[in-house]
Amino acid sequence: MEYFIELLFSGLTRGSIYALIALGYTMVYGIIGLINFAHGEMYMIGAFTALIVSSVLSIYGLPLPAILILTALAAATWAAAYGFTVERLAYRPLRNAPRLTPLISAIGMSIFLQNYVLLAQTSDFLPFPALIPDIPWLEPYAAIIGSTDLTILVVAAVAMLLLTLLIKYSRIGKAMRATAQDQKMALLVGVNVDRIIYITFVIGSALAAIGGLLIASHIGQINFSIGFIAGIKAFTAAVLGGIGSIPGAVLGSFVLGLTEAFATGYVSSDYEDVFAFSLLVLILIFRPSGLLGKATMEKV
Amino acid sequence: MIQLKRFFTVLTALVVTTGWVATASAAGAIKIGVAGAHSGDLASYGLPTLQAVRLVVHNVNEQGGINGIPLELLVEDDACKPEIAANIATKLVSNGVNAVIGHTCSGPTEVALKTYLNAKVLVISPTATTPSLTQSGQYPNFYRTIASDDAQARVLVNFTLNTLNVTKIAVLHDKGEYGKGLAEYAQTFIKQSGKAAVVLYEGITPGAVDYSAVVQKIKRSSAEAVLFGGYHPEASKIVGQMRQKRLPIPFVSDDGIKDDTFIKVAGKDAEGVYATGPADVSSNPITKAYREQFKKAEGREPGAFFDNAIAAALTLTNAMVKAGSAEPETLAKALRENETATPFGNLRFDAKGESIGIGFSIYQVQNGQFVQVQ
Repeated sequence: MEYFIELLFSGLTRGSIYALIALGYTMVYGIIGLINFAHGEMYMIGAFTALIVSSVLSIYGLPLPAILILTALAAATWAAAYGFTVERLAYRPLRNAPRLTPLISAIGMSIFLQNYVLLAQTSDFLPFPALIPDIPWLEPYAAIIGSTDLTILVVAAVAMLLLTLLIKYSRIGKAMRATAQDQKMALLVGVNVDRIIYITFVIGSALAAIGGLLIASHIGQINFSIGFIAGIKAFTAAVLGGIGSIPGAVLGSFVLGLTEAFATGYVSSDYEDVFAFSLLVLILIFRPSGLLGKATMEKV
Repeated sequence: MIQLKRFFTVLTALVVTTGWVATASAAGAIKIGVAGAHSGDLASYGLPTLQAVRLVVHNVNEQGGINGIPLELLVEDDACKPEIAANIATKLVSNGVNAVIGHTCSGPTEVALKTYLNAKVLVISPTATTPSLTQSGQYPNFYRTIASDDAQARVLVNFTLNTLNVTKIAVLHDKGEYGKGLAEYAQTFIKQSGKAAVVLYEGITPGAVDYSAVVQKIKRSSAEAVLFGGYHPEASKIVGQMRQKRLPIPFVSDDGIKDDTFIKVAGKDAEGVYATGPADVSSNPITKAYREQFKKAEGREPGAFFDNAIAAALTLTNAMVKAGSAEPETLAKALRENETATPFGNLRFDAKGESIGIGFSIYQVQNGQFVQVQ
């Protein structure tokens, strides 16, 4: 039983890591139907920004909570700026192009950003400081869940909740849903579609950057290529949960994370990916639009 | 020998009449073949061997050769391709080669060895690392001046069993060719020793964002040490998560993590981690002398396996001096019985043809540095 609980928390940690990235994927897809392959790079850029800012701040001797908050703000802002720029340069000019064109553009952007960071920073692995301090009352449970794991779990849950509320109840959320349903019609009733789309990218990128900060301090190292594998897994999770659905992305992430953890724990980590992707195939056979995805008719 | 002499007489006649071949081909020269990848993708592993052998042969000939007989090189390029290697071996044998240094890659070496074995030609490779070349016992004419692929696993396992004194070991690898190969050897050696049990054998997914599930599994297996085959990015993540989950058991790994980046990235978690690495030979006077000589002649640093090739050439020429002949059986005996001063210290060969003295040392991270502990 104890082993089961340990694996459960391993799976939840993994799941919430995927969720932090999957939320941005699913948001962008939900609004403009584009699989933003450069999203993993926002996560990577967020992590790099966090590393640079936190190192500078710790030279000035600020207390750890202040460093954490300022670093998170800086990383989110910087990655949001990247998200905005990428949308403006690589996707907006292709708004009316066939669906495949922006997809290729997204892959190009991903490769470009990876290599840009490789050249501007380094190809080496860099150590990432543990920005989240050990919590004393958590020490008896350290073998099961650490302070960083707990923070990731809480942040992922809060982010999901806020995003759902934002989309359901706020003015901008309404405009987002309108844009998602029909861009031309939304434009006719006075929604600034261009603005809504860049806001979507800004929110998604900022979230990915926060994810980058938390995940990097969980695994303690970063590199220009970390966005790729994390992005692929998060994308899988988003598809599993039903791409376009916010709660679906989180549910899909947890299902994926738990499957991987239990497969490792009870079978073998050699087959971790086999189990994860077999599950994906099975779910898509029986629910082609994912766990919480709505089956929608293609608009003609 | 009579046949050889007649052959040389013919050859000398040929030299005199045609004037093609350099004068070094005078009758009685001892012929050393240098075969390996001198072109193609793997030339960077083969060419340094050729350069090293040339240096040694040059020095020997300057000092009057082997007991007065000059050495002659027969250079052949196999581009690391088995089919070319077979042809080269036949060509070298029919040219009356006395011993061969090479080949570069293990596959071509094995193919060529069959021909050399039939002709009783002795072969020393400074680069071919496949264990079966020596361990199968098929090629008593084969020697090498490099540690075989499983030597590292053997050193790791011996250290874990005898120095750390553990009885339950978790063996992990990164599913890569290098890491998995090492882990497989380690698992076999642990089982063979009968001193310890492999309580967990797993391949982890490289690049994953979290390894806590596998760490929990290690904990449940009640392993007393973790033996990891792979490279430093995964090693630092795993060791970091082991410490996060309060798992204090020793972490032992290969020379894929014996890199300062590992210490930099793993930080305080790196403390106490064990890793194998080639013994440092840069302070050996013979290493220094040959590297200097090469730099003076070529104006650059020598390439890969240069020291191993120097060792191969030195042991071979030394055995020829000691044996007083280039006849295979006496030569082999001399090779096994005499120690030669090489870039790796005093070297000799065991009965299987493996060099004793070239191998791996164990290092431990202490105060942010790799310190040799064994």
